[in-house]
Amino acid sequence: MVSIAVRDASVDFPIFDAQTRSLKKAMLGVVGGRIGPNASKVVVVEALRGITLDLEHGARVGLIGSNGAGKSTLLRLLSGIYEPTGGTATVEGRVAPVFDLGVGMDPEISGYENILIRGLFLGMSRKQMDARVEDIAEFTELGDYLRLPLRTYSTGMRVRLALGVVTSIDPEILLLDEGIGAVDAAFLQKARGRLTDLVDRAGLLVFASHSDELLRELCDTGIWLEHGQVKMHGPLDEVLEEYKKRKPGPKRPPQGGRPR
Amino acid sequence: MAGTPRTLNTSRSWGLAFDDLSRAWRQRQLWGHLGWQDIKQRYRRSVLGPLWITISMAVTAIALGILYAGLFGNPLEEQLPYILVGFIVWAFIGGCITEGSMVFISNAGLIKHLPAPVSVHVYRLIWRQMLFFAHNLVVYAVMLVIFPQPLSLGSLVAVPAFALLVVNGFWVALLVGIVSTRFRDLPPVMQSLVQLLFFMTPIVWIYEDLLNSTNETIASRARLAELNPLLHYLEIVRRPMLGQSFELRNWVVVLAITVAGWALTLVVLRNYRARVSYWV
Repeated sequence: MVSIAVRDASVDFPIFDAQTRSLKKAMLGVVGGRIGPNASKVVVVEALRGITLDLEHGARVGLIGSNGAGKSTLLRLLSGIYEPTGGTATVEGRVAPVFDLGVGMDPEISGYENILIRGLFLGMSRKQMDARVEDIAEFTELGDYLRLPLRTYSTGMRVRLALGVVTSIDPEILLLDEGIGAVDAAFLQKARGRLTDLVDRAGLLVFASHSDELLRELCDTGIWLEHGQVKMHGPLDEVLEEYKKRKPGPKRPPQGGRPR
Repeated sequence: MAGTPRTLNTSRSWGLAFDDLSRAWRQRQLWGHLGWQDIKQRYRRSVLGPLWITISMAVTAIALGILYAGLFGNPLEEQLPYILVGFIVWAFIGGCITEGSMVFISNAGLIKHLPAPVSVHVYRLIWRQMLFFAHNLVVYAVMLVIFPQPLSLGSLVAVPAFALLVVNGFWVALLVGIVSTRFRDLPPVMQSLVQLLFFMTPIVWIYEDLLNSTNETIASRARLAELNPLLHYLEIVRRPMLGQSFELRNWVVVLAITVAGWALTLVVLRNYRARVSYWV
């Protein structure tokens, strides 16, 4: 059974500047008196607040929101990279994320090696990856480039590689960040088929994007995030329509508080 | 990433801490591959490749062996094996401490983008250090041919001794790694500390010679070296490798520190494991 259940979850980031991250400062804080009323306070950014979500098998959810609304943080919460600083998050099923493309790939080693390492990170065994590597090579159309170090690849080529890996390993929960827009239209057409297949078979897709077109292709429901909170959750078309009508407001500054 | 659901919340749980260690252990194909990759990567475009690890160890040990045999007036066949084995063991100990302080910081990209237990990075580091150690053992083997040591069946105690070193390297790297991620002053502190400890630990100077010194003051000062825990770590491995007798005292100290160190590390892992991805 594949499901995501998030209950009143929040994610707070402590922002350490050079001073607060230093051991000296912490030691002096213990030994000496307090330097000022705010000396021991660390700025905390509330990236997500009071998120409650229930996603079941078959859900294809698009995350909508302006830059800094918390889309990427929510994806990382769902993938288990960030554990909630408040509330709970229960994720059942094998997760495969495609976030910032290129990170998590070693630029000095070949495309083939990167396919293997990415697969191993996502819980595959070496044998399983060896069996899939030809299929991935064919899908990505990178040909002999796969023998070259990754640093020779363009952004679009890296996206192809990352998509090739996640779509081949049959994940149950697929988390995609906006970066996949970097591939050309022809490849996207091909990838779309594989992604929709995957979601039909596997179960759950959460996709963050600014492109209405891409969202409509892949998703049926939408979640509108604003200032780290769920503003609206419903059928994609309705959410997109409401989102367009919003008034662009000023950005909320980070909250002050204690780190946890 | 197994099929079992995991509920993540704010409570600091022992279950999740042990879960981290055991899930990472199951991913040994991953860190095994990455550990090898690290070594191949370092020598990628060089002709001799990882053989450089072996060569540089040999050169250092031979040069210092000759230098200190001359300075201390010791016979070369005694001084050189002592320095060589000391260096090989120290390379492992020092590597675990200094690289441990960077273990999460240098993997920030991976930690933020691919979900994996944090201890995967520690397993990778320890495995890499074990591979370095194996490369250095080649120098030891060659040395045994040139300067035979009085090895016996009892010398095999070096194997469990090294295993104990690995177990300790793991908690040190994990503990120092987590604390360094929060307090960024620690990596340079660790670097200086390791260098200092190198001089305070009998690696180039022969501890027993000083203990038996005719000069009373020197002999009593040398006894202070016993307070250095790393002396005991070094001795449990070096003594059998040089065919010297078994000293229970060294083992008792090492075992006691192993238990205390792991206890402390598990508490830190339980409380701060989930914060690592926020701190990097």
